[in-house]
Amino acid sequence: MKKQKEKGKKLNPIDNKIIDEKFGAIFAEAQRRKKERQNNSIPKIHIGLSTCGIAAGAMETKTAFEETLSQRGIEAQIHCVGCIGHCYAEPWVIIENSESGFPPIFYPQVTAGKAKMLTKLYLEEGDPRLEHILGAMEENEMIPSVWEFSRFSKEKRIVMDLCGKIDPDDINEYIAEDGYSSWAKALKSPPDEVLKQVLGSGLRGRGGAGFLTGKKWELALKQTHLEKIVICNADEGDPGAYMDRTILESNPHQVLEGLALCAYAIGAHKALFYVRAEYPLAVKTIQNAISQAMESGIIGKDILGSGFDLEMDVFQGSGAFVCGEETALILSMEGSRGMPYHRPPYPAERGFQGLSTVINNVKTLAAVPPILKNGASWYRQTGTPESPGTAIFSVVGNVTHPGLVEIPMGVTLRTLIFDICGGIPDKKKFKAAQIGGPSGGCLPEEFLDTPIDFDSLIEAGAMMGSGGMVVLDEDTCMVDVAKYFLDFTQKESCGKCTFCRIGTWHLLSILQRLTIGEGQEGDIEKLEQLSHDIKNGSLCGLGKTAPNPVLTSLKYFREEYEAHIKEGCCPAASCRALSAYYIDLDKCARGCDACVGCCPVDAVFTTSNRKKGIDQQLCVKCGECKVHCPPDYNAIFRISPAHLAPIIERPKEENQ
Amino acid sequence: MVQILVDNNIIEAENGANLLQTCLENGIYIPNLCYLNDSQEPFAACRLCFVEIDGHPVAACTQKVSEGLQVQTDTSAVRSLQKTAFRLLLSVHEIKCKECSANKRCDLQRIAKFLKVGLKPKGLEIRLKDPGLDSGHPYLIVDQNRCVLCGKCVQVCLQKHGHSYLTFAKRGFDTVISGYIEPDDIPLTFSGCTLCIDICPVMAISLKEGIKS
Ligand SMILES: Cc1cc2nc3c(=O)[nH]c(=O)nc-3n(C[C@H](O)[C@H](O)[C@H](O)COP(=O)(O)O)c2cc1C
Ligand code: FES
Repeated sequence: MKKQKEKGKKLNPIDNKIIDEKFGAIFAEAQRRKKERQNNSIPKIHIGLSTCGIAAGAMETKTAFEETLSQRGIEAQIHCVGCIGHCYAEPWVIIENSESGFPPIFYPQVTAGKAKMLTKLYLEEGDPRLEHILGAMEENEMIPSVWEFSRFSKEKRIVMDLCGKIDPDDINEYIAEDGYSSWAKALKSPPDEVLKQVLGSGLRGRGGAGFLTGKKWELALKQTHLEKIVICNADEGDPGAYMDRTILESNPHQVLEGLALCAYAIGAHKALFYVRAEYPLAVKTIQNAISQAMESGIIGKDILGSGFDLEMDVFQGSGAFVCGEETALILSMEGSRGMPYHRPPYPAERGFQGLSTVINNVKTLAAVPPILKNGASWYRQTGTPESPGTAIFSVVGNVTHPGLVEIPMGVTLRTLIFDICGGIPDKKKFKAAQIGGPSGGCLPEEFLDTPIDFDSLIEAGAMMGSGGMVVLDEDTCMVDVAKYFLDFTQKESCGKCTFCRIGTWHLLSILQRLTIGEGQEGDIEKLEQLSHDIKNGSLCGLGKTAPNPVLTSLKYFREEYEAHIKEGCCPAASCRALSAYYIDLDKCARGCDACVGCCPVDAVFTTSNRKKGIDQQLCVKCGECKVHCPPDYNAIFRISPAHLAPIIERPKEENQ
Repeated sequence: MVQILVDNNIIEAENGANLLQTCLENGIYIPNLCYLNDSQEPFAACRLCFVEIDGHPVAACTQKVSEGLQVQTDTSAVRSLQKTAFRLLLSVHEIKCKECSANKRCDLQRIAKFLKVGLKPKGLEIRLKDPGLDSGHPYLIVDQNRCVLCGKCVQVCLQKHGHSYLTFAKRGFDTVISGYIEPDDIPLTFSGCTLCIDICPVMAISLKEGIKS
């Protein structure tokens, strides 16, 4: 009955006129405010104030600007925006000072001190202090632009386009950039139209598995006998991944619009955000976005006069990695322990409180408004035929320009790591990229030309996962990396099924033995057999993918495992128990005491000819001496196995 | 009714019936620890009930019977998974059969015999919990070094009482079954219900001293 009414209403041109009128008024108001801001010629200071920026000191930067502005009586507008993805530059600001004649300029690492200096010298005196800039935000004749820098120019932003440009707490800024236009458009056509576009776009879920989003929605639509609910999955528990948090904190409305479109497509009147409670700013931002959207009549009852109702809310999860798995997520929302259960039934068939439930990742949903706005074939122009659109990675580890990167699917790892993210710092060699977090794998140099898309990564033994990437240089021990991830999955296993609960613990325990030189003949085979069985025997995705870091590192770096077992040697000289520091007496400078002062356990002594040696019995291998040894000498080395370190006798008299 | 083929036996069953239960009822044993008869939502946690369908090992308790289904219970892939799961369970199980109240009635002994494996988890380190006895429940003691975490106790308690006085606690390798009593929950007197004790496949739960059933 209700369904019929909705459908009838959608096709009624009078209602469409009402939607146009109502949304038109909202849009006109947002445009008016934008123009007002633009026409105001006072300088504007844009500051990135997401969690990442705040952690790097952006709040202090903001306060410094405010104080200095008021002390010096300068008029300027501070514009709080989200994260732009350039973590290496935090805290960053963009200053628009049109009266100075310069284009908007991007400044990296703007500490409070720099903020004071820029206020005085640039805003007051007109000198942009070019030695501190990263570049201009527009092409111009005077100063180089950031677009000459491949970290900017090689990205392709669909999902993150507005991140770092708009104030996430002001719905008008989103609307002024055409936000919610897809929503208003969708409400004027039947729900099938939304589904058709999403199906046609080939959009695949960005939460890990890459399932076709349109197909999932279609399955829910088929459950005509059930009420529906849609859930945005923002549990994001992978260590080192923070894409979803950043998007929610920087442009919550795009995700909200995507979730609303999903609800409309399948006929749901309730939508929820599942956000981990450890993301307080994301929770606050999305709550604020929901209430602003309610106030504007963009969600709520009889939305824009269309007759469609949609209620939205936030559920705060308690931050268990496994609760990101959709069946565990449902149980956790129902108040039970988050333990995955067997599928089918899929959530779309029977999910939260028995409702037909569609669960999508933040990035998946945020891609929907642009698809609806520009059309399915536009979306397909980016990416590969099987993996259309963009991939968003948080690239961290041994890389020059870490941060969030949005690139077209199909770009190679080499382009991402070396061109876009600036390669490996300190002239070190690339060793591996760990892709897909704890469920993913480590790919060595031979795979640098692998295109980044769902299927190629799986073929190579890694997976897209939720988009975490750790770049590892030559000083990394691959056994240690596998141990790190197994330690994580082992602790985060829900404990329900035998393989995941006990199997991952045994993997970890073997890896631990290897890293302290207690490996045994047969350990590699044991790791392989156990990994294989855990993969095939586990109940949910956590267990099924948990052995991947072990399996890929064994496949591509087997000799490192063998060296640990057979020779007690860590080829990267990284495992503490298997390596030692020593001082090369040919390089050590007479009379220099840099290493002595920094050693926390007094293990460095002076030799009879006033050079230095390390007492291996006392040394705790913290590496401080190596850090402090002046670069001119570079006399301290790490070696494995430990017994290879040259023995330097401590002079007798010092011994007493 | 539909017909399915299990190994070489033709079996008749209700369409949509649970495969594990169907096999067991027809005298075909498949190792299992966590399946409760007629369960609508099988717990599927012990990972012992593997069978092979279309060349893939699947947990029989999560499969529904349908016309013409062909099932093999004794392939190398199935046995390999079952043996590994079993050894994993034994690697955290205190083997003291002679002193154990479950001796000769224990599902682990039965499975060992069926799979023709010993009770020592070959090649795996043994790690027991210390202390092994959990007395968080007012009337029950749970032996953590016997418990196989099949969850049957939690399920039967939930079914009978509407909510369970036993629950999964902690995470990962440390997960245990423990008493779960909210302050205003405590039944003043012991009700005499011993469903959890009776259902336990390894007799890991017992009444505290002085409590009579
Ligand atoms: C252990 C585990 C953790 C997961 N964590 C997340 C997560 O944090 N966020 C997410 O969107 N999906 C996560 N998933 C995937 C979800 O189960 C589900 O597939 C996804 O939310 C569906 O959305 P999509 O189709 O948009 O990818 C996880 C899966 C597993 C097995
Ligand atoms: S009986 Fe099927 S998994 Fe336990």
